[in-house]
Amino acid sequence: MEIIQLKDLYKIYDEGAVAVNAVNGISLTISEGEFTAIVGPSGSGKTTLLNLIGGLDRPTSGEVFINGTEITKLKSKELIDFRLNNIGFVFQSYNLIPVLTAHENVEFIMQLQNKPLAERHKRTIDLLESVGLGDKKDIRPRHLSGGQQQRVAVARALASKPRFILADEPTANLDSRATTNLLDIMERLNHEEKITFLFSTHDQRVVNKAHRVITIEDGKVLSDIYQEVLVHGKH
Amino acid sequence: MLYTLAWRNIWRNKRRTLITAASVLSALLFALFTRSMQIGTYAKMVDNLVQAYTGYIQVQKKGYWENKDINQSFKVSDTLVDKISSILNVSAVVPRLEYFALASFELQAKGSAIIGIDPEKEEKLTHLKKWLRNGVFLSTDDNGVLIASKLAGYLKINVGDTIVLIGQGYHGVSAAGKFPVRGILRFPSPDLDGQMIYMSLPNCQEFFSAENRVTSLALNLNNPDELDRTKQLIDEIIRSHNLVAMPWQEMLVELVQYIKQDNASGLIMLAILYLVVAFGVFGTVVMMTSERIREFGIMVSIGMKKWKLAVVTLLEMLMLGVLGIFSGVIVSLPIIGYYYLHPVNYGGDMGELIEKFGFEPKMYFALQPDFYVGQSLIVALIVLCAACYPMIRIFKLKEIKAIHSRM
Repeated sequence: MEIIQLKDLYKIYDEGAVAVNAVNGISLTISEGEFTAIVGPSGSGKTTLLNLIGGLDRPTSGEVFINGTEITKLKSKELIDFRLNNIGFVFQSYNLIPVLTAHENVEFIMQLQNKPLAERHKRTIDLLESVGLGDKKDIRPRHLSGGQQQRVAVARALASKPRFILADEPTANLDSRATTNLLDIMERLNHEEKITFLFSTHDQRVVNKAHRVITIEDGKVLSDIYQEVLVHGKH
Repeated sequence: MLYTLAWRNIWRNKRRTLITAASVLSALLFALFTRSMQIGTYAKMVDNLVQAYTGYIQVQKKGYWENKDINQSFKVSDTLVDKISSILNVSAVVPRLEYFALASFELQAKGSAIIGIDPEKEEKLTHLKKWLRNGVFLSTDDNGVLIASKLAGYLKINVGDTIVLIGQGYHGVSAAGKFPVRGILRFPSPDLDGQMIYMSLPNCQEFFSAENRVTSLALNLNNPDELDRTKQLIDEIIRSHNLVAMPWQEMLVELVQYIKQDNASGLIMLAILYLVVAFGVFGTVVMMTSERIREFGIMVSIGMKKWKLAVVTLLEMLMLGVLGIFSGVIVSLPIIGYYYLHPVNYGGDMGELIEKFGFEPKMYFALQPDFYVGQSLIVALIVLCAACYPMIRIFKLKEIKAIHSRM
């Protein structure tokens, strides 16, 4: 089942005399359960594409369908609600709320959804356990390592039971061990709970784990490869 | 969670929060202190004159106040006094015969105000006895006098001495008499203390040849706030007697004007102070907002409604304001309370200068709850105005721009 569908998507930044085509006519679909990496050099349009898919930015033209809803037509307030209930975000710099503990950061999303206390509490504990931070639930972000903060961010992204998770360079600020740890968690969640992951990355270790690799350059899709198919010599 | 977020956010930068709260505290403390001093001093000035002399309302013959002539006196009947006394808010009706005479003792002489009073009734209005410093108070038919201390000092006269009064009585009859000094009164108002001589009403009426006449009926009120309504009732009673009821504000015009002017300058000072504090608070808010724009962007991106985020910042400002206001009130209460109980005495040249201008050389403080509420509300309003800034920024926030913003 297709979760994300992009149709002839353009994003043009008008920077003075020069117009920059950050996304230049991209059309693609992402299906449920995919573990997809978007790769490409700096300035290729990866982050812009993720922002458009996440409804954080609006395209110059084209359409973005998430689970059948054309989000480009949603009003700003509707988009906020849509993001809350459908999309989980993991940012490069973790971006946890500094004054809340790990537990509160994860629970916060469910509070925004007005979930009952008991449900919130149970799910928060489960999620923190699943990312291996059950024992760090009462610790604030500044006392956690980068890898631990990013794992809390993943738990937070999963808290709202989203349709998919968008991760922009999730391992960019992590060391090798933390990267491996995070990838293992994301891979397990994808495999066991069928959670769809779409992430941009420069990191070859992340690319190696992806089932599908979409390469972007100058705002266009250069290649779109299913790695299992590639491994088995099919295309 | 919104409250938790707001509370923890204000303590993210403890030093800044404490400095902001301290600036609110200082402004409030200063405002409360200066206003308390002003209001307290005004109230005392009014009290000194109203309670010690004019009363809240005086019934007089038309034109008497402009031309204080004994020929403007009137005959007072028991019926009139009873009717006025029957008004619920009137607690005392005090007849007086006031005029001027030259007072002399040995080689000294000075123009003085002679007040004929009913000692018992006068006590109900002006509590004259409390100013007695030497000697005894007057009895109803006493033939002696009480002299204000400054005047007594000038005349170099003491209790037991005999004062000579010379003047003009009713319809131009000459008035002269010798009166034993029964006591010395010490008034807080230098004006009163320099010229007052009290004698019993019958004694005074005899001295001025004004049998059964008075120049005024001074009234004390149970509730001064209902002065206007009481005056209306009195006007109805005295309409046919060619008399007028004058409120203290009309009798003490100069005092009222002085208070208005001084009050206005005090308010201007406060406005400047609050403006400075407002800029300080606003500066803090701008800094707090700029530091957190990226965080705001993240929160909206992950699904927090903008109005909820705005409520968090509003709560933060309210908490900051309440912290400053609460501590300001707590700190100011004992200070103002102390000075309320122990008015500041102006000593030396300053005290003399103030006395020369006719004021009591003391600084009194007021301790009124409504005053605290008013000043606290002004500070709260400043804080609320400052809170508009982050709220506007949040409502105008573009997620992408905010996420990529740098401090």
